[in-house]
Amino acid sequence: MNPLEQLYQDIILDHSKRRIGADALETEAGEREAQSHQHNPLCGDDITLRARVAADGTIEALAWKGDGCSISMASASVLSESLTGHSVAEFDEANEAFHELMRSRGKIQGGEELEERLGDAAAFAGVSKFPARVKCALLSWEAARDAIGRASA
Amino acid sequence: MLVSQNQAEAAPQHAFDPLNDAEVARLRADFPILDQEVNGHPLVYLDSGATSQKPECVWEAEQHFYETANAAVHRGAHTLAVEATDRFEDARSAVARFVGAGEREIVWTSNATEALNLIAYSFSNATGGAGGPEAERFRLGPGDEIVATGMEHHANLIPWQELAARTGATFRWIPLTAAATLDMDAARQIVTERTRIVAFTHVSNVLGVVNDVAALVALGRSVGAYTVLDACQSAPHLPLNLRALGVDFAAFSGHKMLGPTGIGALYGRAELLDAMPPFLFGGSMITTVTMEKAEYLPAPQRFEAGTQRIAQAVGFGAAVGYLEEVGMERVADWEHRLGAAMVQGLDSLPGVRLLGPAADSGVERTGTVPFAVEGVHPHDVGQFLDSRGVAVRVGHHCAEPLHRFLGVSASTRASAYLYNTAADVDALLNAVSDVRGFFGVK
Repeated sequence: MNPLEQLYQDIILDHSKRRIGADALETEAGEREAQSHQHNPLCGDDITLRARVAADGTIEALAWKGDGCSISMASASVLSESLTGHSVAEFDEANEAFHELMRSRGKIQGGEELEERLGDAAAFAGVSKFPARVKCALLSWEAARDAIGRASA
Repeated sequence: MLVSQNQAEAAPQHAFDPLNDAEVARLRADFPILDQEVNGHPLVYLDSGATSQKPECVWEAEQHFYETANAAVHRGAHTLAVEATDRFEDARSAVARFVGAGEREIVWTSNATEALNLIAYSFSNATGGAGGPEAERFRLGPGDEIVATGMEHHANLIPWQELAARTGATFRWIPLTAAATLDMDAARQIVTERTRIVAFTHVSNVLGVVNDVAALVALGRSVGAYTVLDACQSAPHLPLNLRALGVDFAAFSGHKMLGPTGIGALYGRAELLDAMPPFLFGGSMITTVTMEKAEYLPAPQRFEAGTQRIAQAVGFGAAVGYLEEVGMERVADWEHRLGAAMVQGLDSLPGVRLLGPAADSGVERTGTVPFAVEGVHPHDVGQFLDSRGVAVRVGHHCAEPLHRFLGVSASTRASAYLYNTAADVDALLNAVSDVRGFFGVK
């Protein structure tokens, strides 16, 4: 794969179209729910993500609406699919692993170990070679960290 | 190829000798940065609207200055100080001549943004009482109105919003027509006896549309308002004579017109600049200082506090010298043909939509062309083009309200300069035509 194909892996292009967890978010956030709005003024990527966290620390829902490039939209989709039903602790672990991956400038390669830690989010390994796109991939994670934190407070 | 065909048709109509492929190939040799591969493809630089590349003579002028004449200007009696001052002021004369201004009418700034803020803060300071009776005419207050347009770069928008907020004046704007040109009928309603400032761009940095400066100046004058021209996208690309245009103020940046970064200029009619209170205070801009107060030099020095960007000014002077040597009519004509080729080519590609005026609208525009690829976000379009060596700008190009008007959050913009070729246009069109296939959009 050339760098462009590594950036736009099939998993990413697929998620950017399927947009798992995309929701109109028309109602107010309810009990044990919180939402976070994140905007990247450089390219206009825009995400609003709502989390619902049960009393036992299980993330029951990660719904979002947004507008932006394929990387930002796919990242929100993968996040919603892979972490709904998991615990806040598991989210924190994955969030840290994903940030580490994004900071790696291509040094962390994809592979079984990474997939075990991150699931489909491992497909974003190619993004880290494109520093200008790292923010696109991180936007929904930042929204999730903020929303989950407040929903479980 | 595209350009050559157009050129053959257009050539006989011109009083000047148009640029051609062979001459542009020779010019390109002055820009070594263009001769490189990016991601395995020859670099196709179509982002000159953001910043232009620089010919060797520009940084050689800076280097020569540092090697032979570096000293502080307008102070000191030694030989180097005199030599440095001469070169600094020669550059001012060169830039003034290039834009049709007197040399006392050009104030060096860091960039066009600073130049526009300088005007706004000077008016602010006058409103606060600075400048005495001479500056009374710059005072603003409730009931006064400041007018800009819906196609401004943020640099010619936010300073006016903020000036209105500081002074109690009202900020208004001239909207766009459906064809993405300024709505002059609306402008005649919006510009009234209450209007004190009319600020507008000569050429839209997003659309490449050339505005009717004469009509806007006439409108501003008819109500006694000051006119402020954003010339960032015209000074590099069109023959420009600010005195002939009759604007009161104008701003432009060196780095968009082959010059260094870190230097721009404010043009103001001498009579106005001499009466306006300073914006930045400090050394080199005063006549007398006591522990109680200070008095200030006339323009341009009153607006040039502190050590100036001397080498950058010298480089800017070399840049306009280069453009004059090529000839601005020829530059404008060449870019007009490149722009037309991009407009026609992009318009004919399936799934590609031009933003702004339609291809057959006849609206005057430069070599700047914004477009959308249906189903693919501009950021992804730009990434794909980069993989083919084609550098374009993606995003809102510091013109969010204009993008909102166009109904998009971001766009892809190709912007040409004198060093671009028909082959560059072909490379752009070829790459754009492959975008939707790569992203699996049908």
